[in-house]
Amino acid sequence: MTTFLQSVLNGFAQGSIYALLALGYVMIYKATHVISFAQPALMVCGGLFGYHATSEWGLSFWPALIVAVLMGAVLGMLVERLALRPMVGKPVFTLAIITIGVDIVLRILANRYMGPDPRSVPYPSGSQRLEFWGLSISQQRLGLIVVTAVTVAALALFFRYAKTGLAMRATALNQETALAQGIRVGTMFALAWAIAGGLAAIAGTFVAATGAGMEQNTWIIALKALPAIIIGGLDSIPGAVIGGLAVGLVESITAVFQPDVAPWLGNNFALVAPYALMFLVLLVKPYGLFGTKEVERV
Amino acid sequence: MTMLRTAPSTRGRKSTGVRGRPLLRTSYEQDLTLANTGAKRRGVVALVIASFVVPFLLADDLLQVLALGMISAVGAIGLNLVTGYAGQVSLGHAFFIGVGAYTGAVLGGDPDGAMLGYGLPMWIWLPAAGVVAAVAGLIVGPLAVRLRGLYLAIVTLGLVFLGDHIFREARDITGGPGVGRRGAELELFGIDFASIEPISGLTRGQAQFFLALVFLIIFAILGRNIARSGVGRAFGAVRDRDVAAAVIGVDLTKYKVMAFAMSSFFAGVTGALYYAVIGVFEPGAFSLLLSIQYLAMVLIGGVATISGSIMGALFIALLPRISQFIAHYVPDGLLTVFQLEAILYGLLIMGFLIFEPRGLFGIWTRIRNYWKGWPFSY
Repeated sequence: MTTFLQSVLNGFAQGSIYALLALGYVMIYKATHVISFAQPALMVCGGLFGYHATSEWGLSFWPALIVAVLMGAVLGMLVERLALRPMVGKPVFTLAIITIGVDIVLRILANRYMGPDPRSVPYPSGSQRLEFWGLSISQQRLGLIVVTAVTVAALALFFRYAKTGLAMRATALNQETALAQGIRVGTMFALAWAIAGGLAAIAGTFVAATGAGMEQNTWIIALKALPAIIIGGLDSIPGAVIGGLAVGLVESITAVFQPDVAPWLGNNFALVAPYALMFLVLLVKPYGLFGTKEVERV
Repeated sequence: MTMLRTAPSTRGRKSTGVRGRPLLRTSYEQDLTLANTGAKRRGVVALVIASFVVPFLLADDLLQVLALGMISAVGAIGLNLVTGYAGQVSLGHAFFIGVGAYTGAVLGGDPDGAMLGYGLPMWIWLPAAGVVAAVAGLIVGPLAVRLRGLYLAIVTLGLVFLGDHIFREARDITGGPGVGRRGAELELFGIDFASIEPISGLTRGQAQFFLALVFLIIFAILGRNIARSGVGRAFGAVRDRDVAAAVIGVDLTKYKVMAFAMSSFFAGVTGALYYAVIGVFEPGAFSLLLSIQYLAMVLIGGVATISGSIMGALFIALLPRISQFIAHYVPDGLLTVFQLEAILYGLLIMGFLIFEPRGLFGIWTRIRNYWKGWPFSY
């Protein structure tokens, strides 16, 4: 039982990373109806911003996190401005493929900066662990869970009460009507990308703060947020959080129990378990658990 | 060649002859013929003849690059059928190519080797690779029917990851990561295309070039015929507006599944042939990167055109050469050749989509139209 609870706890922490990234995907999807395949690159860049702020500028973790978020947001806006704004009105598939191009270019540049060695961001309390009820969790992961919870709450409040949040919701609902109401749709797009970039930077900095650090293959993590948004539904913010946590839980529980329970699935099945979960969910609910079903009209 | 026999239908030729206006079409048959203008007919013949001369002019290593490019073109045509013509975005092409490659390798592989192999001849393993991949496509098909647009893109992406896992774990078949296995034996009509010895006067590069060229011609005509037949037009209807297509009586389920199966057949053939020419390959080859490369071929070449797929595939195959060339002009230590190549992929995908969405084919169309109107620019 302790093993199970421990793996749930670990999955929860890992799931927070996916939830942050998934929120980024959903932000962009809701505003522009595009899935940004550039999110992995934004995460890697965000992590490297955090690294740069700590190791080169000598900041400690929390200020570095804020710097990384700001730089990530600027990067997100730049991507939107340079690669996606010229394409307004083109089919969404085209835009999605452009983000693949953006992702490749940004990641190569990030790898160029990173080099072969892993880059890690020091977390203030190091590897201290918190023990309770026979479970243990590192301070760093606890920090991650708290930051995720605060971010999600802040976003929820922003959309519920802020004027800009309302404008973004209006843009997501119907661009032309929003334009007619005097909302600057372009600004809303930029804002969505900025928020996504910032969220990716939080995720990236926390990934870089784990023991392994940020290395050339770390971007794969961000792809696991894709099953998360499909499970939750592409356009649902609670869906993204729940999907992200679900993916984290499934991954962590599979990693612990699959080698004993179902060894025939092979080594490292946990890495692809999120995708298997995605297929299962889609067989039952084609628009995810919380996604809006498309209405077909002739 | 079938193209020559069917192209100028008697009715079509008569009407152009009488009116003396080569682009005037008076019947649907004329519009749908394989090569619907005289210039196209002559151009294709000239191009095919030229392709048969090329191997005698180029060095062997470049010929192999071109041969692999032509084999990739078959897969690119396949991806274009499902993504370009039928509008079903697929990021899972690498999975189907992998299925084809391993089917070919198992059926045509060395029976005494460390991995599973049955040593069957090429005329069995090549079609079988296509068929098994097509069956895999049929299994994915039903998901494709339920999902649309970007949901489908992500699901096919998941397919690549699941496939990657299966390929890594099925060590009897694939050899596992870091080990890999040999592809099928490349031997047709008693000619060993992998042999280093000259084959009836031809070097290996030349022989493989001819083999790839013949397969490309067969599959290009097949692809073009699918595209211009009723099936192809149904694909177009599904792509443009699937609800409207359903209303006018296009069976969505049937055509979406069909598009996936056909595209997977092409992918399977490509996989088996490509890795038979390459020799040794490992499971890591069938990653997301491969899917993106094929998507790049389609986008850079031209969406929903067969000749565009071929141009795109050759362009991508030559990209390493091009980036080696450009690398001379990049300041030392800025980017390695591999990084340069990868960044070119990204920039080309973005650049083409932003500035020339119709790809290389679109550039060709513009050149053609310029000369059609010459010396009047409008």
